[in-house]
Amino acid sequence: MNGMTKIVKTIAGISFPFIVIYGLYVIAHGHLTPGGGFQGGAVVASGLALILVAYGSKWAATKIKEHDLSLLESVGAIGFITVAFFGILFGGVFFSNFIVGTDLLFGGIPLAGAADINTGGTLPLMNFAVGLKVIAGLFGIVFIMALAISKKEESA
Amino acid sequence: MNFLDQLLSHAPALLVAIPLLGAFLTPLIGRVNDKLRNIFVIGILGFTGILVILLAQQIFASGPITYVFGSLDPYVGKETVIRILFEIDALSIFMAMIAIVLSFSAALYSWAYMEKNTGLDKYYSLLLLLTVGMLGMVLTGDMFNFFVFLEITSIASCALIAFYINKVKSVEAGFKYIVVSTIGALFVLMAIALLYGQYDALNIAKLADSITFSFVDKIALVLLIAALAMKGGIVPMHMWLPDAYSRAPASVSLILIGTTQAGLYGVFRVLFTLYGNVITLPTISMGWALVILGLLTMLVGVIMALIQIDFKRLIAYGAIAELGYMFLGVGTCLTILANPDITLAQAPFAFEALKGGLFHVFNDALDVGLLFMVAGAVYYATKETSLNRLGGLARNMKYTTIFFIIGLLAISGIPPMNGFASKLLIYESTYQLNPILSIIAILSSIMLLAIFIKVFHAAFLGPKLPQFDTVKEVPRSMLLAMGFIAAFIIIFGLFPDLIVNTIVDPAANALIDNAGYMRWLIGG
Repeated sequence: MNGMTKIVKTIAGISFPFIVIYGLYVIAHGHLTPGGGFQGGAVVASGLALILVAYGSKWAATKIKEHDLSLLESVGAIGFITVAFFGILFGGVFFSNFIVGTDLLFGGIPLAGAADINTGGTLPLMNFAVGLKVIAGLFGIVFIMALAISKKEESA
Repeated sequence: MNFLDQLLSHAPALLVAIPLLGAFLTPLIGRVNDKLRNIFVIGILGFTGILVILLAQQIFASGPITYVFGSLDPYVGKETVIRILFEIDALSIFMAMIAIVLSFSAALYSWAYMEKNTGLDKYYSLLLLLTVGMLGMVLTGDMFNFFVFLEITSIASCALIAFYINKVKSVEAGFKYIVVSTIGALFVLMAIALLYGQYDALNIAKLADSITFSFVDKIALVLLIAALAMKGGIVPMHMWLPDAYSRAPASVSLILIGTTQAGLYGVFRVLFTLYGNVITLPTISMGWALVILGLLTMLVGVIMALIQIDFKRLIAYGAIAELGYMFLGVGTCLTILANPDITLAQAPFAFEALKGGLFHVFNDALDVGLLFMVAGAVYYATKETSLNRLGGLARNMKYTTIFFIIGLLAISGIPPMNGFASKLLIYESTYQLNPILSIIAILSSIMLLAIFIKVFHAAFLGPKLPQFDTVKEVPRSMLLAMGFIAAFIIIFGLFPDLIVNTIVDPAANALIDNAGYMRWLIGG
């Protein structure tokens, strides 16, 4: 799959940072607002897919390998379940929210109305892990499909 | 508290968490070394198996365990049960044993069977994920959680069925499976929504406590039973099963048995526990529905198996026929349980039928599993699945032949194999409900024997065929996996009363003991 015209590339380049920032915002505020790791991750992955379509899969293949994406995906999943395992060590129960109510990062307790991002305990951490997994996984799927199409075009 | 106690107190969560962690670590370890990855997967499943056994001892000794995620207390406020919890009674752990035996032997079998394929990192990841799904389905005490694990099993098994993506028929089977199971899962979701809308709860015990059997509940019941029976491959919702079982790699067929049985577990749990308090209402006759579905499943299974010429497809239809026995046994118990004029103590055969049905769940997993592994071994050695072109394999593959004979005797209920023990329980007890039931059951068994004798003759007996001259016995890991299952079959067959008393009887008791399931709710 080759890249598209210069107009598309420019516009994709301009809108890409906004999409990614918005996606990261949704991930980071997952414990306060609607959305979370999955939704934000999907937004970021769609931004990456936009770049992929605009610049073409050949160009993208020089920048990133499918191998690395699946590694990132595993890391996201392992991060999620590790936080859950830490619940046994520090909180006594699997998935226990052992950070909330302490002085650590994200240690605050979210109150109704007051949207302080430094709250939520393990929830933001798990959202980050899910976000990473979804970004890598979803973009990986699109990327592999694009590679398959370009291979088919070559053989045709 | 020492380490073992600590481990045991968290075992319910670890049963799901450890294979899940393993599933995501597998691709990373696979980068280092293939052998290391195989050992890692087998180790993870072995460790999970040990946890299941430890937990089972505790449950058989002291009753159901609840494990609340995220907090020690399931309640928020005084009334609302909002947290996800695992509720593990004897039946759950019984099903977990089946799941872990199947997935452990599948991992063992895969070592040699799948060795020459690519994409094995993903294969082993999915295999562990499928185990997570099965264990989660049988252990959970929360309806929505059940749905989530149902989806995990669907997606993982779809990907595994279509593992041979270069073969059109595998991909077709995988596609069929995902379409059918997604529709089924949506049914389940709809039913859960109906229940949640009325009772404001997702917890099974809480729902069972407050269920009133309104019109909406009836709709939810039908949706749940239809969808879960479809996952369990009950006729007339069995059309995905022969394709999926026969097109998947043999090791995957082995685990798929576990997933269908997790679906059956869902049926039993819904009928006996979720709707357990209202089951005696005269408007409901689910027991007879189960009995009729069971008979239909048996008959259609054996008749379709008669005409198959593909080895694995034939076993798949045999597996369908076996599923009917479970429905027959459990349905017989339900007819008595649901009858307000007669108590369970007045009709002791009903409890025997339940025991037979549940024992047969385990036996079927072992028998059909062994037969699938033999079919896989034949395919591995000859690259051939059509019975018309096979023959004379007994001369070159003597261990495989012995395992096939064990599986053949077990599936058709011949003593001294395990199938005999559970089928006898079913014959004797269903005869007292209605003689026709047990006549049909015996007839199906005889036909199964005939069918598998035919297979035995076609594939293993006869003169040595020139094209199979160089066929060798399969590698050791596959023989080990077959031997593992065959050992279970023989032990279960020789000491049926021991097995029935130690694991089946508590499981059957747990299924009808509704108050026991809800004890934590009422006491807490």
